[in-house]
Amino acid sequence: MESEDDFNSARSTDDEMMDDVESGYSDDDFDDLEIGEEEGFDAHDKITATQKQSYEVEFKVWTPKDIDEAQLRLINEVKDVLGQSPEATAILLRYSRWNREKLIEQYMDNQAAVLEGAGLGESNSTEARVQTLTGFTCDICCDDTSPMTTFAIKCGHRFCIDCYKTYVNAKVTDEAEAARIKCPADQCNRIVDNKSMELLVPDNLTDRYHELLVRTYVDDLENLKWCPAPNCEFAIQCKVKAKELKKVVPTVHCDCGHDFCFGCAYNDHLPAPCDLVKKWVKKCEDDSETANWISANTKECPKCASTIEKNGGCNHMTCRKCKHEFCWMCMGVWSEHGTSWYNCNRFEEKSGTEARDAQAKSRQSLERYLHYYNRYANHEQSAKLDKDIYVKTEKKMTQLQNHAQLSWIEVQFLDSASKALQRCRQTLKWTYAFAFYLERNNLTEIFEDNQKDLEMAVENLSELFEKPTDQLEKMKVEMMDKTAYCNKRRIILLNDTADNLRKSRHAFWSNDLGA
Amino acid sequence: MASSFAVKRLQRELIKLQAQTPPGITLISANDFSEWHLDIRVLDDTNPLYTNQTYRLRFTFSATYPIEPPEVVFLTRAPNGADPPVLNDYPVPMHPHVYSNGIICLDLLDKQAWSPVHNVESVCISLQSMLTGNRKNERPPNDADFVRSNMRRPRDISFLFHDEKV
Ligand SMILES: [Zn+2]
Ligand SMILES: [Zn+2]
Ligand SMILES: [Zn+2]
Ligand SMILES: [Zn+2]
Repeated sequence: MESEDDFNSARSTDDEMMDDVESGYSDDDFDDLEIGEEEGFDAHDKITATQKQSYEVEFKVWTPKDIDEAQLRLINEVKDVLGQSPEATAILLRYSRWNREKLIEQYMDNQAAVLEGAGLGESNSTEARVQTLTGFTCDICCDDTSPMTTFAIKCGHRFCIDCYKTYVNAKVTDEAEAARIKCPADQCNRIVDNKSMELLVPDNLTDRYHELLVRTYVDDLENLKWCPAPNCEFAIQCKVKAKELKKVVPTVHCDCGHDFCFGCAYNDHLPAPCDLVKKWVKKCEDDSETANWISANTKECPKCASTIEKNGGCNHMTCRKCKHEFCWMCMGVWSEHGTSWYNCNRFEEKSGTEARDAQAKSRQSLERYLHYYNRYANHEQSAKLDKDIYVKTEKKMTQLQNHAQLSWIEVQFLDSASKALQRCRQTLKWTYAFAFYLERNNLTEIFEDNQKDLEMAVENLSELFEKPTDQLEKMKVEMMDKTAYCNKRRIILLNDTADNLRKSRHAFWSNDLGA
Repeated sequence: MASSFAVKRLQRELIKLQAQTPPGITLISANDFSEWHLDIRVLDDTNPLYTNQTYRLRFTFSATYPIEPPEVVFLTRAPNGADPPVLNDYPVPMHPHVYSNGIICLDLLDKQAWSPVHNVESVCISLQSMLTGNRKNERPPNDADFVRSNMRRPRDISFLFHDEKV
């Protein structure tokens, strides 16, 4: 803790996490924390998240209505400055990629050039575009019927109007393009302007075309992105810029329930920065065969060699036959976990003498990768198994509600536990990709300790979670405590890595040898 | 299957190709408007990589051709029931943008860079010159993995164009 304020904010968050246990986590919880307006947000806008943890970023969810209104507001403001109609202003704004300042500046500088560029200039009359010619061959359909109605935009690349229409039609229909359709000629980058589009787009497509135009507002602004969840219509506003992504991992929560990274649109990958995630995912794809055997759901007991199947998320395994207790991930004795002996999460480098020749080095580099991949894949798999168990438990809890007269509220602690497990495993999973690229320095041990603490917290909760249904009710308090503890460990780990990333205190391997 | 728009255009291309093809390019079969086969040869005898070799290309046209690019691959095997039967597989030219299963990674054939003014002949000429200019006896860097794991059709793959200069 660096200051009194930090301490207070950390404490209030713990309280809030306790509340989450009671109520079930939801993004609405952020509403209580509204702290008025911030630079860049309009006064009436709801601020859904505020800077309350180091790892969290400020963001705002936009509904389709918000997006429409923002565009109209901007068009209204700019139209008065330019003295243009709202329609023409919309075209000019789209032409300048919704950059108001740039548009006004360029317009004041050279009005005619801006109008020409946006397709609103004098030479852009319908007559200049549409021409009926004799002796013309269209390079798309190769037709040379004479006379022929032809079409061209400012660049002068002329084609028969039917081909031009077919081309534009296909772009709108198949590729969802509207404001960035290029001239069909080879290597020509001239954009088909809005006025031409209005002439070319068939009646049955005008609605779709205008819908796509509205979408350019989000597409063009760097601080707005569509939520990548299928069928989600919300957009997220976030100030984090592409060049900051080595120092911050901007995870945002859409109102549809989807958590994703604003930087790369991938599912929440805290604490690993985007570039590591990209490298890691690529590596796992390339090495998928080497690593395939790991994700198998059966292993042999390290003591009696009987086959053991994993059917829950918990990694504390007990062999049915010989009762040997071991850790699924490192296959080590379980009793050593949670003591100073515990090193399940850390890859032990072999001493230098052993890895002198190239073959030994490459073997060690593979072992190192498998160590991290194993744990990464295992948490991914465990998260799925925890979810399955929850679905089963939910069913039983419904029965229990009916028979033991428990209220719906009284069984919600299971929902909170399940969500905490999913969320923490998601984080743990990415800590292993993070650790794979992490160059050892004096901070590495703190990171590994945080990772270990979170891992143990998760395994303990996961273990409770797998108990038979009839025992669940009397374990309620214990489960709630362990849920809160998991959430707390996650926040500690994420805050620590976020602080270090921001201050560039972590060093990462640029290759993936880690040696 | 091709649309009437595509058929009209392909008909014209076919008439032209049947009348005359550029040197080193031969139309092998065009039995319908969905799949054509053509052979190409590298004319530059000083390039030892492709001497005395003929490569067979398969063009597959969608209903949106030529708005969208055709799918173009080097054939590795003769289609079943070829008459007379072809015993040997076709060679696939060595090139850093050509996978050993015949899939070609060329930006011209990508939706983004394709222009509807291109046609079967211009694609053949582009591929011919792509080979002619190449001196590297190499496959793409991820050839082995790609060939082993790829189940997708070329059009569903978005290539990262390795190096635009090659
Ligand atoms: Zn035409
Ligand atoms: Zn043009
Ligand atoms: Zn969403
Ligand atoms: Zn990201």
